[in-house]
Amino acid sequence: MADSFYRALCSIYPKERVFWKAAEILPYESDGLTAFRAKPKGVVLPLSADEVVKTVSLCSAENVPFLARGSGTSLSGGAVPVEDGLVIAMNRLDRILDYVPDERRMVVEPGVINAKISTHCESDGLYYAPDPSSGPVCTIGGNVAFNSGGAHCLKYGMTSNHVLGLKIVLPTGEIQELGGSSLEHCGPDLTGMFVGSEGLFGIALEITVRLLPKPESFFTVIAAYSSLAEAGHAVSLLVASGLLPGALEIMDALTMEAAHAAVGAEYPEGAAAVLIVELEGLSEEVEAEKPLLLSLLEQSGSFDIRPAKNTEERMTIWKGRKSAFSAAGRLSPDFIVQDGVVPRSKLGEALEEITAISERHGIRVANVFHAGDGNLHPLILYDGRIEGSYEKAEQCAAEILRLCIALGGSITGEHGVGLEKLSYLSEMYGPEDTQFMHRLRDAVDPKRLSNRGKMLASSEAPALMTPGLHPLEKEGIIFRN
Amino acid sequence: MQHRIAVESLSESERSMATAIEACVHCGFCLPACPTYLELGEEMDSPRGRIFLIKEVLEGELSTDAAAAYVDRCLGCLGCVTACPSGVEYDALITLYRARAERTRKRSIASTILRAMLLHTLPYPFRFRWALRFSMCLRPLLRWMPGRFGALTQLVPQQIPSAVELPEFMTAEAPQRGRVAMLSGCAQQVLAPEINMATMRVLAVNGIEVVVPPEQVCCGALAAHTGAMQDARRLATKNIEVFPRDVDAVITNAAGCGSGLKEYPMWLRGESRAASAFASRALDVSEYLCDIGIKDPPDWEGTLRVAYHDACHLVHGQQVRNSPRDLLRRIPGVQLVEIPESDLCCGSAGTYSLEQPELAHNLGERKAKAILSTEPDVVVMGNIGCMTQVDVHLRHLASSLRVRHTVELLDAAYRGTLSEMKGA
Repeated sequence: MADSFYRALCSIYPKERVFWKAAEILPYESDGLTAFRAKPKGVVLPLSADEVVKTVSLCSAENVPFLARGSGTSLSGGAVPVEDGLVIAMNRLDRILDYVPDERRMVVEPGVINAKISTHCESDGLYYAPDPSSGPVCTIGGNVAFNSGGAHCLKYGMTSNHVLGLKIVLPTGEIQELGGSSLEHCGPDLTGMFVGSEGLFGIALEITVRLLPKPESFFTVIAAYSSLAEAGHAVSLLVASGLLPGALEIMDALTMEAAHAAVGAEYPEGAAAVLIVELEGLSEEVEAEKPLLLSLLEQSGSFDIRPAKNTEERMTIWKGRKSAFSAAGRLSPDFIVQDGVVPRSKLGEALEEITAISERHGIRVANVFHAGDGNLHPLILYDGRIEGSYEKAEQCAAEILRLCIALGGSITGEHGVGLEKLSYLSEMYGPEDTQFMHRLRDAVDPKRLSNRGKMLASSEAPALMTPGLHPLEKEGIIFRN
Repeated sequence: MQHRIAVESLSESERSMATAIEACVHCGFCLPACPTYLELGEEMDSPRGRIFLIKEVLEGELSTDAAAAYVDRCLGCLGCVTACPSGVEYDALITLYRARAERTRKRSIASTILRAMLLHTLPYPFRFRWALRFSMCLRPLLRWMPGRFGALTQLVPQQIPSAVELPEFMTAEAPQRGRVAMLSGCAQQVLAPEINMATMRVLAVNGIEVVVPPEQVCCGALAAHTGAMQDARRLATKNIEVFPRDVDAVITNAAGCGSGLKEYPMWLRGESRAASAFASRALDVSEYLCDIGIKDPPDWEGTLRVAYHDACHLVHGQQVRNSPRDLLRRIPGVQLVEIPESDLCCGSAGTYSLEQPELAHNLGERKAKAILSTEPDVVVMGNIGCMTQVDVHLRHLASSLRVRHTVELLDAAYRGTLSEMKGA
């Protein structure tokens, strides 16, 4: 079977773009979360949408599960291959197909890098708003699959708010167009349904994104606090005031240490946490909001308020913030990054509780997150070489996620459920809700081939619903390293 | 990243490999910085993919030969080191791994011959000069040779400059401000001996006495980066022995060599205590000149639009980015322009253009086009390898743009010959 499937692939692709040897497919076993690995049957590297459609049709005919992979930067295991399935590496479908500056829209292929969209339209004073920290690396196709966010989603919304239309190939091999070229369209919002479906509904071939005019002016401030909870309370205060900054971020002492080592960003001495606030918009608007912001920060108990004096200082602040996850490699050989959400009014409370959980388990937790929308990113640091340390870290992560649910929040803000949070989905939704999701998925992908095993895994892999070792892990088929 | 490498089976110096692998979090920030990933779009041809493969080999899960194609395709440009937020020491990883892999890997006969030829000629100016003369005679034949041997013709220049006997000593113009020793390099001394002369003159004008130790040998970078670590160690030990210690700095004017000297402690870990002291004195000429502060070049009425190309082993290998630019800006009439994708390797990478001709060609052409897009009067850089590669690809594109070394431009500014820097 494998051989006939390989031969069939070779009738679609030249041999150099079908990877079947161990050395060729091993590097595709993980994404940005190395805790999970799975061995695919092979990898193909399409250069055209037509090749993708033919591949999906072949998989459907041969019952081979598949995964569309971009740059492999998922932090939830969302781009880990399906065991013995096919990886369709989309990164070379990276053309900009249409750009209409007057209508502020662009049609791109899924392998286009997020940051490239903004670079492409920069000279027309436009940009693409969603800015995940991995923006210079991650592909727009992956952003669509996981409804990616970023620091500036507080003001502008997530990927779903910026995708106008899609051309997709369904898991059955049929081509479908969703949405269109404007925000207004009739009928149900099928684009919205596809965005964030974690690859379960098929593969995007063309993506029409909305562009925004670049803000005319920025005002970026770092405010230092002597405790994490204090910074959390400051966020509640800012939000309650009615101010809507472009971004509102918190970094704690550990994260600052890592970011300083990585990119040389400087932070106020003795700060247990800093708040990064960025006002943006028309110059008049920013000028009017400045005094209000500064007085609120003072009122919130910040002991050092440092506005960025120029663009260079502003960029350093953001470089530090955006390198934080990757820089965590300097703090610890391994870490789990969580992505829970809590209501913004409960941020201080949540942070106090996370500190308590961290102390109770004796595990270091670094905190860096999109505070403005209550999206926490605790980095749970552990050393996998020490027996039982992963389990301990996982337990700590579980408690933090359950805390988010209990406070009325969510288990994921932007990284998606992927493999990592499979077992928590049923804690967040009731059985009727998850059943509905399954029915929807079955209607689109009756064979459950597209990115099988992610997000909605309960019925095909019930063991993944429970924490601890998965039966496939015990068998040595999948690994968490 | 977790690994199951039996660390105790590695030598003391090889343990840095495990450390580098541990530091990698597989985030992918290295992908857009990697020339082979940009060209091929394959995960195994990316830094994080190679780290993964090396890990598998060291764990015993994959054979050295199975991983060889992808490890070989790494240019060693170290763009990923600059891009990595996690501080992965990929430079140490790739160098030490190549040395280890060389002991067990099977090479084809062609690859063995080519490698031996390069390792036995390039580091020795006398042999290299004769090899070049020989190749010039063979040029019509070589052109018809397949692949790597055919690519040799690209490196062979149209003419070889006549041999220049470097003085062992150059006195400083008064007042004397310092004393340095200079590494004269091997290929550079044959291909462009005027760079060393320009370096010595610029240093002397700025009050620096220059000595050129006659017993010095090749820096060893070429050997180290192709896995011939025994040769590299031997050369490094010799240089550490023959260079004087009572100098302010050991000056290099080829990025690859400078980066090599700074790697001595890594090559000789556990073998030489003097390596760290020697490496700490090694400085690129642009870095040194910036540190001491240069004399203003005399006024000049003309203008010169200068594109500065970042040699990987300056910008990524030694983190020297601003010094050459600052020096060039000091020259009257110079308008400095930035080349698009300036962080991307030109494809020269030591002997890479001979071992991976196709990729090297694509990268060279990409670089030449990027340079031409800035419409400069002259393109300037600080590495002989890049100079050869860029020159070849500019000529392919039928451009007459001249390639110069940073110190050549400075030297011309002091000597009042800037107008000669433009054209041929």
